[in-house]
Amino acid sequence: MRFLLGYGSCGIASGANSVLEGLSECFFGTEFTVEKVGCNGLCFAEPIVEVICDDGESVLYGRLNKQSAVKLAESAKTGKLMQENRLSDDELRFLQGQKRIVLSGCGKVDPESLDSYIENGGYKALERALSMGSDKIIEEIKISGLRGRGGAGFPTHIKWQAAKNSQSDEKYIVCNADEGDPGAFMDRAVLEGDPHRVLEGMMISGIAIGAHMGVIYVRAEYPLAVKRLKKAIGELREKGLLGDNILNSGFSFDFNIMMGAGAFVCGEETALLASLSGNRGMPVTKPPFPAQKGFRKQPTNINNVETFANVSWIIENGGEAFASMGTEGSKGTKVFALAGRVKRGGLVEVPMGLTINDIVFGICGGIKDDAKVKAVQMGGPSGGCIPENMLDTVIDYENIARTGAIMGSGGMIVMDEKTCMVDMAKFFMDFTSKESCGKCVPCRIGTTRMLEILERIANGKGEESDIDTLVELGESIKTGALCGLGNSAPNPVLTTIKYFRNEYEAHIKEKCCPAKKCTALIRYSIVKDLCKGCSLCSRKCPVEAISGQIKSPYEIDAEKCVRCGQCIATCRFNAIKIISGEAKE
Amino acid sequence: MAGKINLEIDAVLEKYPEPEESLIAVLQGVQDIYGYISKDAVEYITEKTNIPSSRIMGVASFYAGFRLKPVGKYRIMVCMGTACHVNGSERIGDTVKRQLGIEAGDVTEDGLFSWEEVACLGCCSISPAMMINDTAYGMLTQEKVIEIIDSIKKGEGK
Repeated sequence: MRFLLGYGSCGIASGANSVLEGLSECFFGTEFTVEKVGCNGLCFAEPIVEVICDDGESVLYGRLNKQSAVKLAESAKTGKLMQENRLSDDELRFLQGQKRIVLSGCGKVDPESLDSYIENGGYKALERALSMGSDKIIEEIKISGLRGRGGAGFPTHIKWQAAKNSQSDEKYIVCNADEGDPGAFMDRAVLEGDPHRVLEGMMISGIAIGAHMGVIYVRAEYPLAVKRLKKAIGELREKGLLGDNILNSGFSFDFNIMMGAGAFVCGEETALLASLSGNRGMPVTKPPFPAQKGFRKQPTNINNVETFANVSWIIENGGEAFASMGTEGSKGTKVFALAGRVKRGGLVEVPMGLTINDIVFGICGGIKDDAKVKAVQMGGPSGGCIPENMLDTVIDYENIARTGAIMGSGGMIVMDEKTCMVDMAKFFMDFTSKESCGKCVPCRIGTTRMLEILERIANGKGEESDIDTLVELGESIKTGALCGLGNSAPNPVLTTIKYFRNEYEAHIKEKCCPAKKCTALIRYSIVKDLCKGCSLCSRKCPVEAISGQIKSPYEIDAEKCVRCGQCIATCRFNAIKIISGEAKE
Repeated sequence: MAGKINLEIDAVLEKYPEPEESLIAVLQGVQDIYGYISKDAVEYITEKTNIPSSRIMGVASFYAGFRLKPVGKYRIMVCMGTACHVNGSERIGDTVKRQLGIEAGDVTEDGLFSWEEVACLGCCSISPAMMINDTAYGMLTQEKVIEIIDSIKKGEGK
C-alpha cells in the first residue's frame, strides 16, 4: 500500500503537516511510508491523501486532520481501509472528464526526486528529442498546434522556428514562471508538483533552437517552487543529465534560476527580459523580437510554464495525438484554475472545446451554498466577466476573445449574486493602475483616471456621463498603450459595462449596490422582530457599534459601523440585514 | 558608511561577478539579510560596484518585492488577489490592521509584526489567504486571523 500526501503550498496551508505527523507516528516501525507529492488539483478537499492499494486501486481521502490521519493509518494496518473522509462519488466527478497532460505528474510523482520522475516515464522524451534533432522537433510541435499558454496564445512552433533561424552561437531558453495573474495558480502547482516536466520541456526547446542555457524567471512569492526547482536542477547535474555532452549526444545544457521581484508587467516578454538584465521591468516596442535579440541581446525563446510542460508529452506521443484533442484553432488540453464562489475549487485540465458550464457545473459541482451564478471571470486583469447566459460558450482562444474576455493563463473566478460588478471592475483597475510600469501615457494616466471614476461610482458619487466616459477612455487606452498590459487593462471594465450596465446605473442613479457590497452604499440594520437580544453580535463587533439591553432588540450605530459583516456571521436568528438604495426602497 | 566594510553585503556581491546584470538578485540577497533595502546598503553597493545609486533605487522602487522600510520579525502578507477579494480579503486586512494597531507597511513598536497587502499568492483555492514569513494560511475568517496572531504573540511571550 502506498500513501501519497498532497504537499504543495495549498496542502501545507490546509494542514498537511499535521496529517504527515499523524500518519508517520502510526507507521513508525511498520512497512508503510508516506510519500510527499505535489498538489493533485483537488484543492477543495485539502489536506488529501491518496492510498494506492496493492491491487492498484486508488482511494482518495480528503479534509484530513491529525486525528483522522491516525485513524486512517490504524485502519491501513488492519488491512481494511476506513470509510470516513473518503471523497464521495459526487466529489470524484471532479476528476472524471479531465484529461491530464500538464498535470499528469502532479500528485503522482515525488517532486523532490529525479528517480520518481524517471520511474514515471520522465526524460524519455528528452532522449527521443536528442535523436530527432531540431527540425523534426519543431515539425512535431507544429503538427500538435500547441499555442502559448501564458495568455496570448501565439503558436509555439513559430517562436521556436524564428529563434532557430537566428544565427548565433549563444542562444537562450527562458521560462516565464512569474505567474502574476491573480486567480491563476496552475504554474505554481506544476513547479511545486512536477518540476522536472518543465525542465525537460525547456531542454527539448533548447535542442530545437540550439540553445545551451535555460533561465527560469520564477516568482519570489513561490518559495516552495524555487526550492524544488533548485533541488531538481541539482539532481540533474549530479546524474550527468545536465552540463556538457548530455547522454553522449553532443548536446550541452544548463539552467539558471532568477527570482522575480514582483511586477505583473514582467509577464510581457520584453519587460521580463529587461528584468532579467537587472533593470526596471519596462517593455520596449517589437521588433526586434526576443527570437532575434533577447536575453543578453542574443536570440531567445520565451515560453510560459504550462507551454513547456506540454512539450515532453507531445514529443513522446506525437503531435497528431495532441492535435486530436480540442477545437479547430485551439488544440490539446488547457489547465484552468477554479476559484471564487465555486463549490469545488482547484485545478482542472480538460481538452479545449468544453463549455464554461461543463467546467463550473459538470466538474466543479456548481456554486457554493447552491447560490445562483452571476458571471465567470476569465483572463484576470486582462480579461473580462462572462455573464451567466453566455456560460455555454465553447472554450477556445477565439470564442473566449469574442465575449470580450481572454483565455489568459486560465484563471476562472466564479461569481455569484453577492459579487458586485462595479466593485470587481474597480478591483482590477486598482490592480492594473498599480502595476502599470508608467512608461506610456495611455496606460499610466488612463488607468488612473478610470480607477478614479470607478471609485466615485462605488462611493455613490457617480454621474450619468461616467459610463460613457469609461467606455471612451477604455477604448483609447486599448489602442494607444504600448504593451499587452495596457492594451488589455480596460477589458474588465468594458465587459462589465457591456453585460452589467444596469448595475452601474443602479450605483449612479439610485445610489444602490444591488449586490450589497460597496460599503459606502450599504447600511447594516437589526430587524427588531427577529432580534432576541442575546448580545452576541454586540460582543463580537470589533468597533463597539452595537448596543442594547439583554433580551430586547439591539441597535447598530451606522456612524461607528465599519460594515465588516462579523455580526451577520455570528447572529443565529438571521436578524441582521444589509440595506442599500433606501431612496428606492 | 563610506570606507566602512560590510562583510555581509560583500558576501552577497561575491556571488555575482556581474552585479549590474544581477542587480535584482543582489538586492534580494541584501534584503534577505536585513529585511529591507536601507539607504546605507544602497550607498555601499554603489561604492563597491560603481552602479549609480539612482539606478539601484530605480530598480528597488519599481518592484513590489523590495521594501525600503524595515519589516517585523513576523511579516504578514494579506493576499489581495481576485479569489481572495471575492471571498472577503478586505475584511481580513481590516482585522489584521485592528489586531496589530498599525497601518499596512508599518511595524509594531516591539518590532514583532509588520503587515502589507500583496498581489495574488497563488493559494486561490483556499482563499481568503495570507502568508506569515514563508508559511501560507488559508480559508481565513476574522476569528481565525485573531487566533493566529494571538498564538504567535503567546509564543513570543507577549
